[in-house]
Amino acid sequence: MSSNPKSSNSAVDFNQVPDTRGHFGPYGGRFVSETLIYALDELEALYRKLKDDPEFQAQFDYDLAHYVGRPSPLYFAERWTKETGGAQLYLKREDLNHTGAHKINNTIGQALLAKHTGKKRVIAETGAGQHGVATATVAARLGLECHVFMGEEDIHRQSLNVYRMKLLGAEVIPVTSGSKTLKDAMNEAMRDWVTNVDNTFYIIGTCAGPHPYPELVRNFQSVIGREARQQSLTQAGKLPDALVACVGGGSNAIGLFHPFLEDESVAMYGVEAGGFGLDTGKHAAPLNDGIPGVLHGNRTYLMEDENGQIIETHSISAGLDYPGVGPEHSWLKDVGRVNYVTIDDDEAMAAFRNLTKVEGIMPALESSHAVAYAEKLAREMDPDQMIIVNLSGRGDKDILTVAEIDGITV
Amino acid sequence: MNRIKQRFESLRQQGRKALVSYVVMGDPAKDVTLPVMHALVENGTDIIELGIPFSDPNAEGPVIQKAHERALEHGSSLRDALALVKQFRETDSDTPVLLMGYTNPIERMGYDTFIENAVDAGVDAVLTVDLPPEEAEEFNEHLKQANMENIFLLAPTSSPSRQKKVTDMAGGFIYYVSLKGVTGAGNLDVNSVKENVTSIRALTDLPVCVGFGIKDGASARAVADLSDGVVVGSVLVNQIAALAEQGETNPATYAEAVSVIIAEIREALDKNTLDK
Ligand SMILES: Cc1ncc(COP(=O)(O)O)c(C=O)c1O
Repeated sequence: MSSNPKSSNSAVDFNQVPDTRGHFGPYGGRFVSETLIYALDELEALYRKLKDDPEFQAQFDYDLAHYVGRPSPLYFAERWTKETGGAQLYLKREDLNHTGAHKINNTIGQALLAKHTGKKRVIAETGAGQHGVATATVAARLGLECHVFMGEEDIHRQSLNVYRMKLLGAEVIPVTSGSKTLKDAMNEAMRDWVTNVDNTFYIIGTCAGPHPYPELVRNFQSVIGREARQQSLTQAGKLPDALVACVGGGSNAIGLFHPFLEDESVAMYGVEAGGFGLDTGKHAAPLNDGIPGVLHGNRTYLMEDENGQIIETHSISAGLDYPGVGPEHSWLKDVGRVNYVTIDDDEAMAAFRNLTKVEGIMPALESSHAVAYAEKLAREMDPDQMIIVNLSGRGDKDILTVAEIDGITV
Repeated sequence: MNRIKQRFESLRQQGRKALVSYVVMGDPAKDVTLPVMHALVENGTDIIELGIPFSDPNAEGPVIQKAHERALEHGSSLRDALALVKQFRETDSDTPVLLMGYTNPIERMGYDTFIENAVDAGVDAVLTVDLPPEEAEEFNEHLKQANMENIFLLAPTSSPSRQKKVTDMAGGFIYYVSLKGVTGAGNLDVNSVKENVTSIRALTDLPVCVGFGIKDGASARAVADLSDGVVVGSVLVNQIAALAEQGETNPATYAEAVSVIIAEIREALDKNTLDK
């Protein structure tokens, strides 16, 4: 297990990133074709204007409280802690949000931006379907036309969410290019945006993509960490010793981590999908086994071959099955503030079953990666120490996948 | 002098418009592209724009996107593209060759290695779709030192200040994208092209070529009147796709098919200038 990297960063100012051009050290930026520059400039200008506008903030907070159901609880998982042995395990219950995952925090924020642009159509890419559902949900609420791009492979894996999106009035567009998963859905959404930029707002689902998306998504998701920090102080009388979150694109992780970055005593662990195992090459862990490159509008760690072609990833969880990662995570890795580790498919499945049985909480397969790592970590820590695990979503959407593994037809 | 400058110079003297032809390297097979390139030149192409296959070509419409997939199926790479240009140069030392692609394969090879090999192969210019001026400073420096042109796109959505920023860094010619959207989409809006090309010309002495949405001789003529040349891509790739779907494996058949398309466009372009 990796050591705690927390003390190596005293000279780093975590509030100075990104710079005005969206760079987190050498990462991030705006690597897009010329046609999109105008749309990104427009989005950035709007966000700069509204970011510190009290009315906008008040509307965002109101929606989070009354529509999403925030704050989400910080739950002490007593039985799980006892069974695991070691540090006290707390769950930040993003699974209790409306629509069942952290994704809605971001779509609420971006939908408010969309409303200010007056554009009547929103598009989104989705992997697990959680972001698609969260986008379809806010679109329904605001009466916006909604198109969700989803890889054919993921449509099969996440059929329940596909049907939810349809019920919400969204059109789900199957993506058949490339590997037919999240990365290709994102390509397709970018193509749509270039073509329909006049009337369309692109709601990106994670802290990746061209500037200003990584910054904007981080800021909307940071409500998770702000709450968790306050709750920790109130409920436990102290800050946690460690934070654990799964990393697909990295939005739930950055949302939890960001408000704690300057708390040097808090160690952080981002858990990537180890798939069939790091040494098999069939995984989705660019921070552990990738190199920096350029994809989807930003520079970041990527999974690619020796010719610079992006390679197909594998994870049991559709939401982590992505060859890139948000640029801020690449930077946090390099400056040594966050430890990035992996959990493979089998470990995640075991954690899914265990938490369900021990606590009566069924985690999403994405979140199960964080749960599995937290168990390992807790065992190495003392009983008076405290870990917060981001339970980024609930597992109902994954029941068909789990049943299939069990050989059961539901 | 760089071949691109030379070519525009001689076109200007002849009062002709530039015809830039785009195909994807290795589509649908590695042995097809060389004869296709020669055929393009024989039938009136002034500049060859060679697409470098990429796994995630997100500025391309379905037609060119599929061409990238076909090329990647048998592993065509940037390395192959450079080798191909070198081979092309064995019998054609005049026609400018422009590599068009995405940033990642070039970064993976490394700017220095890429440029060294590109110069050695006889490449004249590079167009990196997803590397706007803000991110291109380092790459641009490298290109300049090697006397290679850095081609940039301008779009209908590019503001006047944006046009200035891009033209300040651009070399070779300005590639004006005639429509909002991906390659191969929609129809031309001639008035908007006219307006934008006029304002670009006020900013730079570089020639302006118009691409995206040029389908035949007639549409080529329409925009050539307003600019210094046209870029033709999706029509060629479409024809290659049709043959690939039929299982055609003879490179000569591909060469003949693109010849017909290019000859028609060349004729229309030249007729246009004579009529004036
Ligand atoms: C429940 C849940 N957790 C995590 C993720 C991964 O995304 P991110 O890393 O942006 O939080 C997803 C994505 O679909 C998800 O649905």
